[in-house]
Amino acid sequence: MYVHCALERSPGCHHNTNFGFVHPHSAEMTQSRSKLRSLFSSQVGKKLLTGITGLALVVFVLEHMLGNLQFLAGDDAYNAYAHFLVGLGPALWVVEVILLVFLLMHIALGIKIWMGSRRARTSRYRKSKSAGEPSRQTLSSRSMLVTGLVIGIFLVIHLASFKYGAYYETTIDGTVMRDLARLMRQKFHDPAYAFGYPAVVLLLAVHLRHGIWSAFQSLGAMRPSISRPVYTLGGLLGLGIAVGFLIVPIAIFFDWV
Amino acid sequence: MSDRMTIHLSVWRQAGPESSGAFENYTVNDVNEHMSFLEVLDVLNETLIRKGELPVEFDHDCREGICGACGVVINGVAHGPQKRTASCQLHMRQFKDGDTIVVEPWRADAFPIIRDLVVDRSAFDRIIEAGGYVSVSTGNAPDANAVLVPKDDVDRAFDYASCIGCGACVAACPNASASLFTASKIGHLALLPQGDPERSHRVVAMVDQMQKEGFGDCSNHAECEAVCPKGISISSIALMRREYMKSLVSSGG
Ligand code: FES
Repeated sequence: MYVHCALERSPGCHHNTNFGFVHPHSAEMTQSRSKLRSLFSSQVGKKLLTGITGLALVVFVLEHMLGNLQFLAGDDAYNAYAHFLVGLGPALWVVEVILLVFLLMHIALGIKIWMGSRRARTSRYRKSKSAGEPSRQTLSSRSMLVTGLVIGIFLVIHLASFKYGAYYETTIDGTVMRDLARLMRQKFHDPAYAFGYPAVVLLLAVHLRHGIWSAFQSLGAMRPSISRPVYTLGGLLGLGIAVGFLIVPIAIFFDWV
Repeated sequence: MSDRMTIHLSVWRQAGPESSGAFENYTVNDVNEHMSFLEVLDVLNETLIRKGELPVEFDHDCREGICGACGVVINGVAHGPQKRTASCQLHMRQFKDGDTIVVEPWRADAFPIIRDLVVDRSAFDRIIEAGGYVSVSTGNAPDANAVLVPKDDVDRAFDYASCIGCGACVAACPNASASLFTASKIGHLALLPQGDPERSHRVVAMVDQMQKEGFGDCSNHAECEAVCPKGISISSIALMRREYMKSLVSSGG
């Protein structure tokens, strides 16, 4: 439309662009390519993608936490739930691939943003402190890279321990399935895992305290009136997720279940 | 509080852009609690000049908090301990007799130090330039009330327009990001009918320029809002992001 009116110089046309001199098709292609580049490399695009991938990962950890709580309903219930998930087959693979891509993007963008900020201030302040409210600068916001990387490294160990860990079998109602509950009991009686796991889960809460609020601000979904409640709720959700993840390991460790 | 204080200053001294700087310690006696912080630097400079030493260079102009020329990091906080106050409007009643005050320039690679506490903030000018022009109708000046703007939009546009471009947001940001400055300028025009024809191009050009100048990315620490002498909300940054996304999806480019 703008190409048309720029060429005709119609009096009603308010667009004063140079596109009239460019072949419309190639102009569109260049534009969509540069849009994609904007999304991945511009300061706004990077935050947008970090926020979207972050929120998707929050939805995943929330679901994961609720799934873990099935353990409290008994070993069979837990194994049946795991069996159901694996039975989803291709649908599960799609979700797994999306999560993996989101996770890698989230990590890559986080590192990129951190490196950019190091470059932006190469001489440090002798004295530097937060001015307080309404600043959201906290230990949590300053340690996003560190907490994120620890969680990332933990994730590899976690997948190796469970998803790709020892394969025990059990039979429930005539169906042979993986006995994941047995592996859980074994892992959470191992002191290294029993203590390492809660530590990482608490770091996740610290990461989400800034992360959830920050994601909404990055998506442009923030107004002064909702900023404080969103920050508080985000922090509580992070804490709730951590507490949910801690219940089963603690119960196993102390032989309550 | 006694109205005569002794103040110890630890001031960043740097002879030029290429030289390496260091902190120098000074003591200023007979500081009146009603003096502004910059007046203490004036007193210090008079003593230095009398002794034949070079005065401490610092930027200032209006000294009434409206021009944005002044700005130093005082005890680790851009513009010092008082909220919504530019360095020139900070008064010595904020300090106690015998206090040591650490005074540093804005530190960001996009704001190279020219000398002592003076930094080159022309990166901000180039971000403004990148924003380009605003179309206006020529001819007689229109009546002030000819263009109707909703009250809420006017209020928000005015809040964003109150940015004086001092650079405290960059100085305080752990990432040295210029997002609050850029977003204020974008938000101010995005909410008004004036400048609407160029709004889509403007946001992309200004965001790109801020990145080219070497400012860091925003990590939503919101430290900028806490030090802004005008208290500009980071809701402007949320608005800038919405504008940017709208511009990416709209075919107008
Ligand atoms: S000198 Fe003008 S704002 Fe401080």
